[in-house]
Amino acid sequence: MNFKHKYMFLLPGLLVLLAILIFPIGFTVRLSLSSWDSFYPGLDFIGLENYVRLFTDDSRFWEAFGRLSLLSLTTVFLQYIIGFSLALLVWKEIRFQRLFRVLFLIPMMTTPVIMTVVWRTVFHESLGPVNDFFSLFGMQPLWLSSEILSKFTVILVEVWQWTPFMFLLLLAGLLSLPKEPYLAASIDGAGPIRTFVYVTFPLMAPISIGAIIIRLIEASKIMDTVYVLTSGGPGTSTETSSFYIFIKGLREFQFGYSAALSITYLIIMIISFTVIAKILVKLMVRGE
Amino acid sequence: MSLFYSTLKYLAVTLWSMFVIAPFLWALTTSFKDFQSVTSGATYIPWVDFEPTLDGWRSLFKSPAQGGIAIVEPFFNSVIVTAAGSGISIILGTLAAYSLSRFTFRVGPIRNGDITFFFISQRIMPPVVLSIPFFIMLGKLGLLDTLFGLVLVYVVLLMPIAVWIMVDFFNKVPLEIDETALIDGCNPYQAFFKVVLPNSVPGIIVAGMFCMIFGWTDFFFAFILTFTEVQLLPVAIVALNSSITPWWSLSAAALVSVAPLVVVAFVVERYLSKGNLSGALK
Repeated sequence: MNFKHKYMFLLPGLLVLLAILIFPIGFTVRLSLSSWDSFYPGLDFIGLENYVRLFTDDSRFWEAFGRLSLLSLTTVFLQYIIGFSLALLVWKEIRFQRLFRVLFLIPMMTTPVIMTVVWRTVFHESLGPVNDFFSLFGMQPLWLSSEILSKFTVILVEVWQWTPFMFLLLLAGLLSLPKEPYLAASIDGAGPIRTFVYVTFPLMAPISIGAIIIRLIEASKIMDTVYVLTSGGPGTSTETSSFYIFIKGLREFQFGYSAALSITYLIIMIISFTVIAKILVKLMVRGE
Repeated sequence: MSLFYSTLKYLAVTLWSMFVIAPFLWALTTSFKDFQSVTSGATYIPWVDFEPTLDGWRSLFKSPAQGGIAIVEPFFNSVIVTAAGSGISIILGTLAAYSLSRFTFRVGPIRNGDITFFFISQRIMPPVVLSIPFFIMLGKLGLLDTLFGLVLVYVVLLMPIAVWIMVDFFNKVPLEIDETALIDGCNPYQAFFKVVLPNSVPGIIVAGMFCMIFGWTDFFFAFILTFTEVQLLPVAIVALNSSITPWWSLSAAALVSVAPLVVVAFVVERYLSKGNLSGALK
C-alpha cells in the first residue's frame, strides 16, 4: 500500500520534532567551539580548544564517566535479575496475583525526584528509620555521607524506582509467549528448571535484550536521584556524567566547555549502546 | 508444587511488596508529625509514639509566606503541562507511527527503520545536554517560565515514547483491516480515522499512560526552565529539601503528588492481565 499522502501522516510529527530539536543540537555543536562563560558571554570561535582540554586535562569527567558506568550497569543488572524473578513469580497461578502485579508496578509511576526526597528522610543518619533499626545493634552507618555507602544508597533507590519497568516489559513478554514449546517440554518430562533454561529463557532473549537496552539508556541519564540524595557527594563519590555536565554548565556557567562535554558524552554513549547491544545479542542468543 | 517451593515463592513476593510499600508508609506517618516528633528520633505509630497533628497537610494550602507550600497551583500546572504534552505527542506520534508502519519511505539512503530510530533515539539524550540550548532558545522566544514553553519541551520528551509504542502496535494490526476499508471506497484518511483508529484504542491508551508517567515525573526541565511564574509540582516539593526540611509538609506533598499515577498502575495491570499490553510492548 503506497500513496502520495503518506507524508501527510509522517511530516507533522517529524517536522515538529525537528523544529524543536534542530536549534538545540546545532547550537550545542557551535557552542562547544566557543569559550562562552559567565565572564565573556558570546559565540567566539576557539576551534577545538575545549575538546583538547577535555581529553588532556579533565580527569574528573572521565572519573564521573567510570562511576556512571559502574552505577548504571550494576543497577540495570540488579533490575533485570529482580524484575525477571518477580515477573516469573506472578506469571502463573499465585494467590492475590493482580494485587501483587499492581504493587510491583507502583514505584515506576511515582516521581523519582520526589520519592528520592522521601528516601533521604528514610536514610537520614540520625533521625531516619533505617538507622533507628541499625542502632539496635549499636551501629550508625553513614548512608549518605560515606564514599562507599552513598553509592549503595543511590543504587538501592534506583532499583526500587525502576525495577517495575523491567518487570512490566518482561511480564508483558512472558504473557505473550506461545504455548506449544511448553507442551513439548512437559511431554519430554522436563522439570521447572530445565523448562526455564531451555524454553523460557531462550524465548525471552529478544525481549530481555530490548528491556535491558531501554533501561540502560534511561539509567545512563541518572541525575535526579543523585541531585537530591547526595548532590554528587561526599566529595565527588556519586558524581555521574550528567551531574558533572550540570555543574560545569548550569552552576559554573562554562557553557562552551559543558557543550563540548555534552557532545563527547553523546558520542561515547551512542558507541557504547551499539557495542552493548551486540554483546547482549551474542550472549543471550547463543546456539541459534 | 511442593510446600517448600510455594512458601519460598510467597515469602519472596511478600518481602518485595514490603520493600515497595515501606517509603510510602514512612511518608504517611511522617506527614502527621510536627517539628518536635521529627527531631526527637524515628517514631512510627501515631498516638503511641507521637502525638499526630494535621500541620503538614494544612501547610499544603498555605502560601509560602505563612510557612506553607501552596501546592494547589503547582499541581494544576503539572496537570496542564502533562496533559497538553502527552496529548500533542500522542496525536502526532500516532500519525507518524501509522505512516512508518504502513508505507515505505525512501529518501536517499534513509528507510523507515532509520526514521523510526531517529524518533526513538531522542530518548538517549540526557536532559542536561538539551537544557542549556533550550534555556537560551526559550529565552530568545520569550517562552522561559511559561507553560507553553514547557509543553514544547515535553513534546520532544514524550513523542519518542508514543512513536515507539505505536509503531509496534500498528505492526500487529492486520493490513486486511486497511485494505477492506479501501476496497469499500474509503480514501486513505477515512480508512485511518474511521477504521484503523477505532481498532487501536488499546495501543493509544498504553502509549498515553507512558507519556503521562514520563511527563508527570519529569523534574529536570521544569527545574531549569521555570522560575517564579510557573512552578510544577516536583520543583515545588524539591524546593522544600533544604537544610531545615519540614519533613511533615514534604511527606504530605509527596503523597499527594504520587496519588494520581497510582491509579495508572491499576489501569496498566488491567491491560496486562487481559493480554492487550503484550502486543503493545515488545
